[in-house]
Amino acid sequence: MASIEMKNIVKKYGDGFPAVNDVSLDIADGEFMILVGPSGCGKSTLLRMIVGLEDITSGDMVIGGTRVNDKAPRDRNLSMVFQNYALYPHMSVYENIAFPLRLAKTSDAEVDKLVKEAADVLELHEHLERKPANLSGGQRQRVAMGRAIVRQAEAFLFDEPLSNLDAKLRGQMRTEIARLQRRLGITTVYVTHDQTEAMTLGDRVCVLRKGSIQQVASPRELYEQPVNLFVAGFIGSPPMNFLPATVQGSTLETPFGSIELDEKRAAAVAGHDLLLVGIRPEYFEDASLVDEAKKHVGTTFTAKVDVTEWLGDQQYAYIPYEAPEAIRTQLRDLSRELDAEELRTQAIVSIDSTSRIREGREAEFWLDTRKVHVFDPESGINLTRDAEAGAELTRMATEDREEQVAGAAGGLTGGTPGSGSTAA
Amino acid sequence: MSTKEKTGWIIGGVLIALYCLAPIAWIISLSFKAPADLANAQFLPTTPSTENYATIFTGTGSDLFLPALRNSFGICLIATFISCVLSMFAAYAIARLDFPGKKFILGTALAVAIFPVISIVTPLFNLWRNIGLYDTWPGLIIPYLSLTLPLSIWTMSAFFREIPWEMEQAAQVDGATTWQAFRKVIVPLAAPGVFTTAIIAFFIAWNDFVYGISLTSTSASRPVPAALGLFSGASQFEDPTGAIAAAAVIVTIPVVVLVLIFQRRIVAGLTNGAVKG
Repeated sequence: MASIEMKNIVKKYGDGFPAVNDVSLDIADGEFMILVGPSGCGKSTLLRMIVGLEDITSGDMVIGGTRVNDKAPRDRNLSMVFQNYALYPHMSVYENIAFPLRLAKTSDAEVDKLVKEAADVLELHEHLERKPANLSGGQRQRVAMGRAIVRQAEAFLFDEPLSNLDAKLRGQMRTEIARLQRRLGITTVYVTHDQTEAMTLGDRVCVLRKGSIQQVASPRELYEQPVNLFVAGFIGSPPMNFLPATVQGSTLETPFGSIELDEKRAAAVAGHDLLLVGIRPEYFEDASLVDEAKKHVGTTFTAKVDVTEWLGDQQYAYIPYEAPEAIRTQLRDLSRELDAEELRTQAIVSIDSTSRIREGREAEFWLDTRKVHVFDPESGINLTRDAEAGAELTRMATEDREEQVAGAAGGLTGGTPGSGSTAA
Repeated sequence: MSTKEKTGWIIGGVLIALYCLAPIAWIISLSFKAPADLANAQFLPTTPSTENYATIFTGTGSDLFLPALRNSFGICLIATFISCVLSMFAAYAIARLDFPGKKFILGTALAVAIFPVISIVTPLFNLWRNIGLYDTWPGLIIPYLSLTLPLSIWTMSAFFREIPWEMEQAAQVDGATTWQAFRKVIVPLAAPGVFTTAIIAFFIAWNDFVYGISLTSTSASRPVPAALGLFSGASQFEDPTGAIAAAAVIVTIPVVVLVLIFQRRIVAGLTNGAVKG
């Protein structure tokens, strides 16, 4: 087990294009760090630089206190789970898991013991003699994990390990990975573009965009105190709504009515003409279903509903709105960068599943204005970010983790189901 | 597929098989004919005899044929082995590493492969005589390598390219040196490719006639195809057709055996299950 420190890591390819640009990141011992971002943001490249499969153009990679820039992958003692598993097809499951041990010249008895232990953890016992070709996707995935956990590696590296599984299996394996990591307490770096994985697994999440770090924080901080438009738009599903707004004193005029800002936020947005208001879908509600006691903390407005989606436990309504051309272009660029293709400016609002709001009709909505964020459309910076509140959220997550690592070290939580459930 | 289409395919297949196998059947039938029977203008021998086989193994043809058989086996196996090992390394480098001149190597290999053999035989003959390689095993192995290597490199690099990069990277992360990753992961995965290449290389060397006849003079190194051309009949006026046919059949056997043995190894899809398909 070891910490991983990256100092000003740069990766340039032959054409001078920086795939990873000046990344500095400290991953604490036992921490579960997620690297997340849209495709082409450099997250996989960064992971491959940690493991040594990719050369580092400049900067220092320090693992467990030793600079490893010039070390071969095999000297770094890290284990990695590849996106396509990369199992050895000519070896049985047993030999696949035993492969790292065989290379380390471990005695047969020891190999047998360790492989059996790993197989127990991953419930692979009845498959040990089979070949990877005869296994299902989930089983192959577990074999790949077995190969990673069988030896005492300094850290685990995962490169989008669940992206090839179907949705149901992905959910199961996600919990499995969380449980395993808590139990073993090993530093883990996990690359994904799936934000559910990012939010549920990570102690901290590092959001990358075009090779640069945007924000490194606990999932809660990312969600509640995003540093800019990009992070705000990337984290959360359905994504945050961005509405154009103009400032009138301490009031924001939006297509959905005016939003009153408190003093602190009013001061932060003063002096801007055109702004973007970021509102999470769940800040909205069907006005007829809101408690009278709660109503005064928000505003109500009427709008025409385009489409509703009823999912049983929740319901989404799509409300189109008009936006100035400049904002429209801005939002289209952003959504393209986030691997989405937003064709029209519309707000997605989450309303109670019992709501009887109908498609194509005018309806009254209530908007909780306490947690809205205001962004500068030019630079994308979040003007109303409360850094202290954010830091507090991350500090709490760190405390949780330290407690768990201590627990894992003392064998207190070893094997207890659900010991990873506090990950989010 | 409808029944009609199916029958069409079967009939077509049988016709093609017949067309391909007819000369072989003819040679087999010839090899069992007695000398008097050779020109009897019918497919089957009137009375099958093993006389021709006796001639080449124990009779007058044996001192020509048996050493030639030994030479052919020895030379071809050595040439195949060397060419496989060399082309394996070359192909690995071509498939995996990025180095200047990669295209040039592949281009040169192709150029050598299509270079007419007959045009280098004469200079080679002179050179070999001067440096003492004439009529020796290495004297044939070296030209055979020039025939087999280009093809082996091309075939093998195609196979290596199909092995997912991740296999090797996974091995390296698991603690393997480059050589270990190559030996324990890449080579076993490339085995079908290696066997295919080996068989092709062996056939090329085994079938060569021009080098065999030009660069040898005695049974010290003369291979079978050259020896076949030197068979003589019992008398000046008699063609050694029967003996040649018998020898041709014998020479075909190793080829058939090789294919049958390695057929199972030449199945594609050994990498199934390595990666998400």
